[in-house]
Amino acid sequence: MQQVIKPEEVLKEYHPPLTDHEALVEAHRCLYCYDAPCTHACPTHIDIPKFIKKIASGNLVGSARTILEANLMGATCARVCPVEELCEGACVLNAEEKPIMIGRLQRYATDYVYERGIDVFKPGPPTGKRVAVIGAGPAGLTCAGELAKLGYSVTVFEKRELAGGLSTYGIIVLREPVEVALAEVEMVKRLGVEVKTGMELGRNLSWEEVRAGYDAVFLGVGLGAVPKLGIPGEEQVVDGLSYIEASKMNPAGLKVGRQVVVIGAGNTAVDCATIAKRLGAERVTMVYRRSEREMTAYPHEYEFAKKEGIEFRFLTQPVEVLLEGGQVVGLKCVRMRLGAPDASGRPAPEPVPGSEFVLPCDQVVKAIGQEKPWLAQMLGLETEKGFIKVNQDYETSLPGVYAGGDCIRARGSASTVMAVQDGKLAAFAIHRRLTQSLGMAAD
Amino acid sequence: MADLSINFAGIRSPNPFWLASAPPTNSGAQVHRAFEAGWGGAVWKTIGAPVLNVSNRYGAWHYGGQRMLAINNVELISDRSLEVNLREIRDVKRHWPDRAVIVSAMVESKPEAWREIVLKIEDTGADGIELNYGCPHGMSERGMGSAVGQVPEYCQQITSWVTEVARIPVIVKLTPNVASVVPPARAALAAGAHGLSLINTINSIIGVDLDTFELIPNIGGKGGHGGYAGPAVKPIALNLLSSLGVDEVVRKSGVPISGMGGITTWRDAAEFLLLGATSLQVCTAVMHYGFRIIEDLVDGLNAWMDAKGFKTIAEVVGKSLPRISDFNDFDLSFRAVARINPEKCIRCNLCYVACNDTAHQCIDLVDAQGNVVPPFRYDVHSNGKREALSTRPQPRVREEDCVGCRLCHNVCPVEGCIEMVEVPSGRPPVTWRELMQTRPEVTEDWSAMERYRKEVGIEIH
Ligand SMILES: Cc1cc2nc3c(=O)[nH]c(=O)nc-3n(C[C@H](O)[C@H](O)[C@H](O)COP(=O)(O)OP(=O)(O)OC[C@H]3O[C@@H](n4cnc5c(N)ncnc54)[C@H](O)[C@@H]3O)c2cc1C
Ligand SMILES: Cc1cc2nc3c(=O)[nH]c(=O)nc-3n(C[C@H](O)[C@H](O)[C@H](O)COP(=O)(O)O)c2cc1C
Ligand code: SF4
Ligand code: SF4
Ligand code: SF4
Repeated sequence: MQQVIKPEEVLKEYHPPLTDHEALVEAHRCLYCYDAPCTHACPTHIDIPKFIKKIASGNLVGSARTILEANLMGATCARVCPVEELCEGACVLNAEEKPIMIGRLQRYATDYVYERGIDVFKPGPPTGKRVAVIGAGPAGLTCAGELAKLGYSVTVFEKRELAGGLSTYGIIVLREPVEVALAEVEMVKRLGVEVKTGMELGRNLSWEEVRAGYDAVFLGVGLGAVPKLGIPGEEQVVDGLSYIEASKMNPAGLKVGRQVVVIGAGNTAVDCATIAKRLGAERVTMVYRRSEREMTAYPHEYEFAKKEGIEFRFLTQPVEVLLEGGQVVGLKCVRMRLGAPDASGRPAPEPVPGSEFVLPCDQVVKAIGQEKPWLAQMLGLETEKGFIKVNQDYETSLPGVYAGGDCIRARGSASTVMAVQDGKLAAFAIHRRLTQSLGMAAD
Repeated sequence: MADLSINFAGIRSPNPFWLASAPPTNSGAQVHRAFEAGWGGAVWKTIGAPVLNVSNRYGAWHYGGQRMLAINNVELISDRSLEVNLREIRDVKRHWPDRAVIVSAMVESKPEAWREIVLKIEDTGADGIELNYGCPHGMSERGMGSAVGQVPEYCQQITSWVTEVARIPVIVKLTPNVASVVPPARAALAAGAHGLSLINTINSIIGVDLDTFELIPNIGGKGGHGGYAGPAVKPIALNLLSSLGVDEVVRKSGVPISGMGGITTWRDAAEFLLLGATSLQVCTAVMHYGFRIIEDLVDGLNAWMDAKGFKTIAEVVGKSLPRISDFNDFDLSFRAVARINPEKCIRCNLCYVACNDTAHQCIDLVDAQGNVVPPFRYDVHSNGKREALSTRPQPRVREEDCVGCRLCHNVCPVEGCIEMVEVPSGRPPVTWRELMQTRPEVTEDWSAMERYRKEVGIEIH
């Protein structure tokens, strides 16, 4: 008998919240290191021993404030951060037993204030200055919130219907429920930030309008859609980001194949494969043209995928999607071997002649990264490898125009916490710029 | 296997572990089960004057996520009738001839009352009597318990009423709520006591409820001082125990001491033995975990005695007492410095902050190249475990500046990572007492002290 799969069951948040007892025991286990390495490793440098000891002392509002002071999206980060590579990976207790569950303690403290509707910050005294933020993802929301705390009048323009960026549309519910992302949007709004959704710069919002109406601009536009594969049959390939978005917004309406092939081996690809598997696909295979060693998914994500029963085909390049009557029936691939290092420094994969074979499947999902921000061209901004180029202060080649988040991530891996740090530091830089200009005016 | 049996003033038991007079020894059924579990003896819950107990009578001190590091109680002596207690004591003793059954007693401070209770206890066949001069609450307000133990004359008077009639050994249980336990102990010996036991509980208030402002525990809106016991009191108990062990009069008398106060593991037990206890009593640890803890108390003590080559308990008793000294006799030229084992160090840098903020600022943070660096020196853009770990500085002691205070050793979370290493001071041994005799001006006048330091090469910054 066919088992009925309930998406809200199989996709629900993977980790349960810590119980009060678990949180207390874990908080007490933390050594309260001095100049703690976990804090250094956190891109937003949350004072981790401080927030953990506040959990231990029963000062949960103070704990949440400590987190949110450094990282306004602390509730999202608590869930989505690759903690194995960041804070927890640096915990001194890795050497002794096992690291402190920093992410889950962070979630415990931030959930405490969100569940009770406690606001830990207030808007600052008005400066009379106005700042426009383009894009309501983690970078934009953080920048907006930090500026509101400093007394700026901030308007966020977001092209989508809901704010939150990829926290709302892109991170699978297994890691973060949509409500958590939306609660952060509401918190930023309560700081006095105006969030205008359905407003896209370059479509129904003009650059002149933005420049004329505001003293500074922050661009947190993220990246674009999944790029083209450039192979025959592509029109039947599903876009990985839309696949994930559907799993969050309308899981019942998401069509999942019986045999699914996911092209790519980054974290997004793992997410797509996880969804397919959990929503009932019999077989899910990830196809990657390089080897296991070059894959960009974090080691813990790879382990998770294997535990989920996802199969991997390394050194395999898709060459054609096979269709029958408009229906996907297979993915034709060629085997690869590793050659000399390419521009990225990794060994370049090259096809093995005559090694074509067909992977039978009825759905192909592509998750091979995201397109570079096209806004850079439109605004005539200088770029670096296609990303918006900024200086140490997150200022673009246009004075008074700042940028942060995925759209500037020419180096390093894109993550929410990095976007938050950009948004925060850019806000401070904007504040410096605008107070300096005030000072000059007074001269 | 070492021989764990003891002979305490004629009271024999197969091992030195007795349940202290407290809730665990409240009834015959409990003591039966305790003996089945392997306890060597039991001091019956104090019997005597009629009482009424209250609810919420135990408070507890929890710390750092650990439950009941100490208990505090306003429980009185047994609230079961004298008759029932005596019947059950008789029954237990009949079933367990090889175990020590000692009965704790406390009655009004009248000779007839004491004589009467002694005779009744002897009639049960019990092996000994313990006089409870320690209870710090409830009974003391009625002129019993610590009200007796705090006044050596009362202590002597009452003890003599008992020893005059008793034909079984009499143990006097001392209260720690005194400036020194020596005077009451001497008083008990003068009155012919056959053994001493200590400590009873310490006066304490556990805390205040931050929501209701009521005391913890809350007894119908009120609260007050109670008796403190459990792991947290062990160092106090060890000190009081050793103060008896080094007292001339107590030592000459040769009476055995039953030690208690915080004994939880065989390690605690061994320390009490080394500082002069012959038998060991346990209450709080049993109240926390039950009678079963006797297994490792015996097993662990046995293994330790075997490893150290001790054949009998008597060989252990008091072995560390000769090392008890006081500040006047410490060698002021003894010098030790802290040394960090970089292999074991996990770089929590707790030693650094402890020394830097509160000791002598002699631990440096050094980078991989060996350069001294300040804490918090990373850039806001630096992140990730690799950068955090590869650039993390390591603490290193500047031994020439280290005064050897031992703070870092105490805070280091890694066993055996910071060792206090004895180093030659280059100075002949000298004690404060000797200085007071040979160079009194040095002990009285700062400029003489400074000259002395220069002369012998002591530098303190
Ligand atoms: C599938 C997936 C899973 C991920 N999982 C994780 C994870 O587990 N952990 C982690 O740390 N990171 C994860 N990431 C990465 C993380 O989501 C991003 O790094 C982060 O969201 C970047 O934030 P941002 O604000 O720069 O951009 P985004 O979140 O992309 O937000 C940009 C916003 O700008 C809006 N916008 C774009 N152009 C315009 C315009 N012209 N006008 C108005 N609005 C515009 C967009 O609609 C969007 O709302 C994941 C990414 C993906 C794709
Ligand atoms: C709840 C409680 C009740 C006690 N009642 C008595 C008592 O009736 N008579 C007595 O001599 N000591 C009594 N004590 C003191 C214990 O016998 C013992 O001296 C003290 O608890 C120290 O030992 P510990 O640290 O192992 O608990 C009591 C202690 C507790 C905790
Ligand atoms: S924000 Fe992320 S990296 Fe930083 S402490 Fe929290 S969970 Fe760790
Ligand atoms: S490194 Fe680990 S133990 Fe130290 S403060 Fe951070 S979480 Fe606590
Ligand atoms: S306290 Fe111990 S483990 Fe921590 S840094 Fe110092 S020596 Fe290393």
